[in-house]
Amino acid sequence: MSIRVQSDAFDMGRELNDFAARVAGAGAVVSFTGITRDLGDGDLVVMEIEHYPGMTETALAAIRDQAMARFSLADAMILHRYGALAAADPIMMVATAARHRADAFAAAEFLMDYLKSRAPFWKKEVTAQGAAWVEARAEDEDALARWSPGADQG
Amino acid sequence: MQVEIRYFAWLRERVGTASEQVETQAATVADLIEELRRRDEGYALAFSDTKSIRAALDQTLVDLDAPLAGAREVAFFPPMTGG
Repeated sequence: MSIRVQSDAFDMGRELNDFAARVAGAGAVVSFTGITRDLGDGDLVVMEIEHYPGMTETALAAIRDQAMARFSLADAMILHRYGALAAADPIMMVATAARHRADAFAAAEFLMDYLKSRAPFWKKEVTAQGAAWVEARAEDEDALARWSPGADQG
Repeated sequence: MQVEIRYFAWLRERVGTASEQVETQAATVADLIEELRRRDEGYALAFSDTKSIRAALDQTLVDLDAPLAGAREVAFFPPMTGG
């Protein structure tokens, strides 16, 4: 499956091996895994991830379609969890496969940049001091600009 | 027209519900926000800063000036923080 949204934990090594087996012969496989940060002092009790069932899958599929159209890829996958996560839990991963590494690296960054600001997920950090919604960072929105027409990258 | 409004993250917490059916004459998403704001203090607070509000019509992200144009599901939420 190219797009997966699940509450269950996943094994990033197994996911990557499965993906690589599906694209055998591609030449280059790149992956990124996002992992729940420790906030320092082992403070994080739980990270709650809310999402918009239905729109989430549609948005991720659209982002993947854009990557497939824009880069020369054999395949691309996106896996994202929701629900309650503990510190050091893998949250999400993307993997791309291409004939050459440049496309695989660029497509993985493209997927991440779009996913961060355009897929309907919201994180809430629960610590011993209370709960707080994670705020969107301006840099994440800015990161999209480099993929727009006229930008010299991509 | 009748629309289902869905709220996520801190917008859901501030308005106090995840979804509701609303009868509205609003022409655009921004007009609908204006109608909601006038309801009570909770809605006024939730929608006080439109810069930090994103909207989707029938599960597609739109600008706040988008026409409602027969949408069945309107969603409001803060900027997304996935990844």
